[in-house]
Amino acid sequence: MWTLLKIELFKIFRRPRTYIAFAAIAAIIILIQLAFYSDGESFLQFGMQSLKDSFDINGKILSGYLVCFIILQTLLIHVPLLIALVAGDSIAGEANMGTLRLLLTKPVSRAQFMLAKFFATLIYTFLLLLFMSVLSLPVSISVFGTSDLIIMKSEMIVILDRHDILWRYFAAFGFAAIAMTTVASLAFLLSVFAENSIGPIVTTMSIVILFTILTTMDIPLFNALKPFLFTNHMLNWKGFFEEPVNYYGIFKSGLVLLGHILFFVSLAIFIFKRKDILS
Amino acid sequence: MPAIINVRNLSKQFGEISAVNGLSFSVEKGEVYGFLGQNGAGKSTTIRMLLTLIQPTGGTIEILGLNLQKHRREILQQVGAIIEKPDVYKYLTAMENLRLFAAMSGVKISDKNFAEQLEMVGLTERSHSKVKTFSQGMKQRLGIAISLIHNPQLIILDEPTNGLDPQGIADVRNLILHLSKDLGKTIFVSSHLLNEIEQVADSMLIIDKGKKMAEGKVAELFSPTDTIVELETGDNAGAVQKIMQSSWKSILDKSDADKIVLKLNKNEIPLFARYLVEADIDIVSLTGRRSLEDYFLTLTTSNQHVDAFKN
Repeated sequence: MWTLLKIELFKIFRRPRTYIAFAAIAAIIILIQLAFYSDGESFLQFGMQSLKDSFDINGKILSGYLVCFIILQTLLIHVPLLIALVAGDSIAGEANMGTLRLLLTKPVSRAQFMLAKFFATLIYTFLLLLFMSVLSLPVSISVFGTSDLIIMKSEMIVILDRHDILWRYFAAFGFAAIAMTTVASLAFLLSVFAENSIGPIVTTMSIVILFTILTTMDIPLFNALKPFLFTNHMLNWKGFFEEPVNYYGIFKSGLVLLGHILFFVSLAIFIFKRKDILS
Repeated sequence: MPAIINVRNLSKQFGEISAVNGLSFSVEKGEVYGFLGQNGAGKSTTIRMLLTLIQPTGGTIEILGLNLQKHRREILQQVGAIIEKPDVYKYLTAMENLRLFAAMSGVKISDKNFAEQLEMVGLTERSHSKVKTFSQGMKQRLGIAISLIHNPQLIILDEPTNGLDPQGIADVRNLILHLSKDLGKTIFVSSHLLNEIEQVADSMLIIDKGKKMAEGKVAELFSPTDTIVELETGDNAGAVQKIMQSSWKSILDKSDADKIVLKLNKNEIPLFARYLVEADIDIVSLTGRRSLEDYFLTLTTSNQHVDAFKN
């Protein structure tokens, strides 16, 4: 199993396509940081105008913590696409290249083969998030410094003490890893059915976009659906930036996402074990 | 001789379509076994079932005396294969591909063995070139190296000469003979070209529409009477007239302005050529051919399904 995993990681990280995601994330983060560095104060003044009418706000607002929070909000919507690029390609890409039939003539069980593929995708996902977290948190802190974090929500303002923030980011990235793995496992499942990676990638993104729209629309019919949509639970990383933290809600969402991962991966293995390889 | 492959009543249905229908055959240890059939005859489906890529609808497969369903892993450790095109990772080098597939075979292989394998298929100088820069023939040779790297007992080659130039075809043919005669490997090779199989195989199986048409030793299957001769002369009409008036008239099959087709014993061809010269017929070309299609026609029209190994 370890050999298979090493082979899969070797293949992933020898492909130029793999690094597109890292380059894209780096570009977006650096652009956001540059924008805040050059014009962040005036942007925040404008954004907090209505708040200043009612409250007297003193001290530093623009900090590495705030920039990182904004980066997370922006990127965690786009990262699923980058993850789907690799996860959707995992089986379908091999079928498309014609290598799948050669791989499966080797003395390796299909279940092991699939698990190695999935764990390799998982490692890629975690590395992508780690890269994102390193670029967005330590780099932002070193450029903008630290301060208390003010987060404006639709009905309230949350102010978090600067000494009570760092752990929240670690927890949020941990939760994001589960959320992104859910997307990866969906793309992985869809990859089993296709012989071209475009199909699973586009289908995964279509599902994520559709579910996200249903999650964000406040319509009674859709509200009833929300508990069953994994995209609704994916956004719960923000729960760590509330005071008090709703641990039960976050834990429940984490379990729902883990359930989805287990279901998607098990179904993918079940189907693949019985699939005729005609590519 | 023990059977390396033993297939009984193998069938595969794709919905309404029967790709393989009650196929039975056995391959002896150390022989080159030709698997012949036209495109769409069911060769690739059968080979994929031998390699567990496709689940049979019915029947049993035993390889190396073990049931394939129950002992897949042990069996595949002793099998090397190329299925249709030798598709490998184009963004990796030849050596990286070889190492990757060797690792998947679960066998420890020394650097020396990797180098020897690439040398055997003539890729030493390109061992560190990316496969995307390779010609079709080089990819095919790399595919063969990959199929042999773990020193398997049985090698399954599905249309190994597809897309190769004449030199490449000759190289593959020589390699098959080397593996069989010098290294004692058992080779199961499929093709839709009769002459290709004829030149390397000890035994062969011909299938059509998923069913066995003939099976046996190559020498026994091709009796000399199977030869079809195409004759082109300076005056075909005059030549036909002369043949019809001679003792050779029984061999005349059909004729038109372009060619005259005759069926005769292979040993009679020199005698017939001498007759043509003596009869003052200007020979433009005299070609013997035994295409698969002709062979099928012979089999089906005469209703003689040869089965030299029939129990």
